[in-house]
Amino acid sequence: MRLQKSSLYGLYAVLELAACPERRLSTAEIAETYGISTHHLAKVMRTLVRAGLVLSVLGPGGGYRFAGNAARVTLMDVIRLFEPMGSEIEPFDDETAAATGVGQALRGVRDEIDELAQATLSSITLKSLLKIARRQAQSVTGATAANPA
Amino acid sequence: MSRPVPHRPLLTIRDAVAADIDAVVRLDRIDTGLAKPAYWGDIFARYVQAPRPERAFLIAEGCGEIIGFIVGEIRAWEFGSPPSGWVFAIHVAPDRRELGVGTRLLDDICARFRAAGANTVRTMVLRRDTLNLSFFRSQGLTAGPYIELERGLE
Repeated sequence: MRLQKSSLYGLYAVLELAACPERRLSTAEIAETYGISTHHLAKVMRTLVRAGLVLSVLGPGGGYRFAGNAARVTLMDVIRLFEPMGSEIEPFDDETAAATGVGQALRGVRDEIDELAQATLSSITLKSLLKIARRQAQSVTGATAANPA
Repeated sequence: MSRPVPHRPLLTIRDAVAADIDAVVRLDRIDTGLAKPAYWGDIFARYVQAPRPERAFLIAEGCGEIIGFIVGEIRAWEFGSPPSGWVFAIHVAPDRRELGVGTRLLDDICARFRAAGANTVRTMVLRRDTLNLSFFRSQGLTAGPYIELERGLE
């Protein structure tokens, strides 16, 4: 499974907001943190608002804040907002090839890979991912402190 | 009327005893839909009545009631792997979930494995079992170096 840019941007935004649910952040602030396009992220944010994962707060000091349950929302819940899933995945281009034994066997391999990817993404909640992220940030900080040069 | 929610300090983790078997069968049946008294009788015979340091069958008790259990052992493993802790069953009563019961059970069995010399813990979960997959993920388990393979036997 190759993730589209929108999926990654959606994950960055949701995870950044879920890390501190009381905090409001603007699209520009999130885009700057991850070095991504503000314009593209703005479109992604609209999708996340429609899905109820983030809340748009208007007015001075406005921005976005997390509106979901980090212990329940999985990476797949975010990704499926931006990617075709299951039967929506485009079939092999050539119908003749797909009907052959080789074509069917290759489709079986692809389905196996997709199932594994989906099982993985469906089992990791935002909370679990943030826990891993914090551990990795600590180990980077620790390594930097140990090797200040 | 809903039952009072147990507080974490009231949770006790202890070794299983023979009298726990009915509660274990009941908890397993809630999750799997299958009552397997013969299977659990065999597990109790090996893990409870003939305990060994590399085996652990732990019970979670809250307010005097059995609310969860975990079973595992250190296995030597095949294909060149060093011995590793192996968890093959964990169940928590549905109305006692998200209270840290599963975490305590896993922490305690991992402590047993560590004390018995293991450096890793493994388990195997059905791909579509998002409840257990998410639990183990939340405890820091990630995909290991092995891939489970199978085929139908005609």
